[in-house]
Amino acid sequence: MIFGAIYFAAVFLSLGVGSFFLIKKAGLGDPLRVVNKFLIYYWVFDLAFRYILQKMPVINIKPLLYLPIVKNKVVHYSLGKTMASFFNWTHAFFFVPFSIVLLFQGYDVLGVIGWHIAIIALIYSNNFINILVNNKDAVFYPVLGLLVVLGICQYYQIFDITVYTAPLFDALYDLPWTAVITWLLLAALYISAFKYFKKNMYLDAGLATKQTEAKTEDFTWLNRFGNLGLFLKNDIKLIKRNKRSKTTVIMSFFFIFYGLLFFTGMLEVYDNPFMKIFAGIFVSGGFLFSFGQFVPSWDSSYYPLMMSQNIRYKEYLDSKWYLIVIATLISTVLAAFYLVWGWEAYAAVVVGAIYNVGVNSYLVLWGGAYIKTPIDLTSNKKAFGDKQAFNAKTLLLTLPKLLLPIVFYAIGHFLINPIAGYSFVVLAGILGFVFKNPVFRKIEGIYKKEKYKTLLAYKQKA
Amino acid sequence: MITAQNLTKTYGKAPVLQIENLEIPKGQSFGLVGNNGAGKTTFFSLLLDLIQPSTGHILNNEVQVNSSEAWKPFTSAFIDETFLIGYLTPEEYFYFIGELRGQNKADVDALLAGFEDFFHGEILGQKKYLRDLSKGNQKKAGIVASLIGNPEVIILDEPFANLDPTTQIRLKGIIKDLASNKDVTVLVSSHDLIHVTEVCERIVVLNKGEVVRDIETSKETLKELESFFAG
Repeated sequence: MIFGAIYFAAVFLSLGVGSFFLIKKAGLGDPLRVVNKFLIYYWVFDLAFRYILQKMPVINIKPLLYLPIVKNKVVHYSLGKTMASFFNWTHAFFFVPFSIVLLFQGYDVLGVIGWHIAIIALIYSNNFINILVNNKDAVFYPVLGLLVVLGICQYYQIFDITVYTAPLFDALYDLPWTAVITWLLLAALYISAFKYFKKNMYLDAGLATKQTEAKTEDFTWLNRFGNLGLFLKNDIKLIKRNKRSKTTVIMSFFFIFYGLLFFTGMLEVYDNPFMKIFAGIFVSGGFLFSFGQFVPSWDSSYYPLMMSQNIRYKEYLDSKWYLIVIATLISTVLAAFYLVWGWEAYAAVVVGAIYNVGVNSYLVLWGGAYIKTPIDLTSNKKAFGDKQAFNAKTLLLTLPKLLLPIVFYAIGHFLINPIAGYSFVVLAGILGFVFKNPVFRKIEGIYKKEKYKTLLAYKQKA
Repeated sequence: MITAQNLTKTYGKAPVLQIENLEIPKGQSFGLVGNNGAGKTTFFSLLLDLIQPSTGHILNNEVQVNSSEAWKPFTSAFIDETFLIGYLTPEEYFYFIGELRGQNKADVDALLAGFEDFFHGEILGQKKYLRDLSKGNQKKAGIVASLIGNPEVIILDEPFANLDPTTQIRLKGIIKDLASNKDVTVLVSSHDLIHVTEVCERIVVLNKGEVVRDIETSKETLKELESFFAG
């Protein structure tokens, strides 16, 4: 969690300090009003984010049930614990500096304070709404869909929901006493979450582990690939049927949009050709980085079985490699919309994809041999990264993944021209692709060497 | 079939297993008993090359397990839940193991049909993933999976634990059947002295990593074991 948290904190902090001036400079009008306009999206997006990632407090309740503690106390404690979550305080990194900037800029003190504490209440309201709607996919996905549709409508100026919501947020500043309403809302949500929780505090009710109805799937179309198909079948099931791997795939999907920061000229520091190669690597490599990094940890819960069965490392690794390659190709196709910002933007993505397939796919499999973090497939805990995953060896292996293509590009760019720069990166990718077999043999050797250490590490449960 | 020579495993300074010489002939049904920490699971893990011996080695059908992988095709095991793939249904799991062991779907189905009694209608067609089955039912699935593909060496760690009485009795029948096949070597560990004396021809007692009794099972064996463990 640590590294993900630091990253988000840093991003929020810089936005909190900078956004006032950015908005002002861009001439969009009163920064506070602009923020208020988009606050509804921020708020709903936060809710969606929590729905996918925030852990429910029920998990640690069971052992408390048998102890001589009154139920009310257990519920208050569990709900209270969620309030200390990263998903709540991370917003402070944006709103606290933003509010301070507002005060320095001479905004009405009482208004800013009212607005600020109202926002706190709204953020915490999300915390409890999330608890109340937990695992109700039938509610969640339509709401998310509606949000997307509203966003699109707003972009094309068909219908603008912010016209209706912005005044509500503006009111929190114009009439500071209205902040009380948000706190009443928060209190009401807390009470209903409390009641809901207390009512369901039984092993066969709220505390039951949710079981989905299983369906045996054959994927017979994969049979033609022989043993490789056998492993691919398992890997597809692994991704489909486990919470943690599903989250990873969703996250890797968002990587596709990472390039927007670079190619749209949104941030000036990113607006140079080297950074575009960097972006190209990330846009097509979301799955490669988020899933590939943790091979073989995905199989950690049954690694002893894999190691004592009649399995050849080559086939096992091959299956993971094909998954990574397929996902990279899909991401590259999906990223075709970058053509809007010129063929050069998309060329960077394609070049990145070739490098990912030819070089980075090996590097992540190689690095995975050293990570050795057992993964609990059924929970999203640590989905943002784990400090054990950042050891010296994996860090060293990150450099060639990201910096080497930039170096290749720079050589071509400075010696000849940008096209040559792209060609050099592509060439590196193709070379890697050609030498797949010897490279795989090397990686196999490393996996074999690390086998006992890996088995030992996986025994320590996640 | 299986020979362990000068086999030791130490963690730090503490030896957890010290076996000078142990031979298990082909076709024997071999029982391993001992208190917690006696080294039973350590021995099985060494047999499966899941941990490395500190000294010595094990030969499985002339194959040295920590240097070659040629023992894998004829050896199978069920040690604990780490031998199950939680997100598969039992059927998918059986077919997966079957494919790894060169058995097609029909072969696996034929084998499973013989275990209908043992499954007691709680494994197949339940629309549940292995992770959602009870401990006992997980064990049933794991034990049967270890019988797929006509293995010559079968290793079962505490197969009777967590099973209900009916299933325990049926499992005894299964192991006796296997033991009567002179091509199959069965290694079983157990805390239940009655079960193990019933199904095994030979019983070895481990204590603090060392072989302290090596008994050919007879009528007196249970008494002997009970007096040993009563200490």
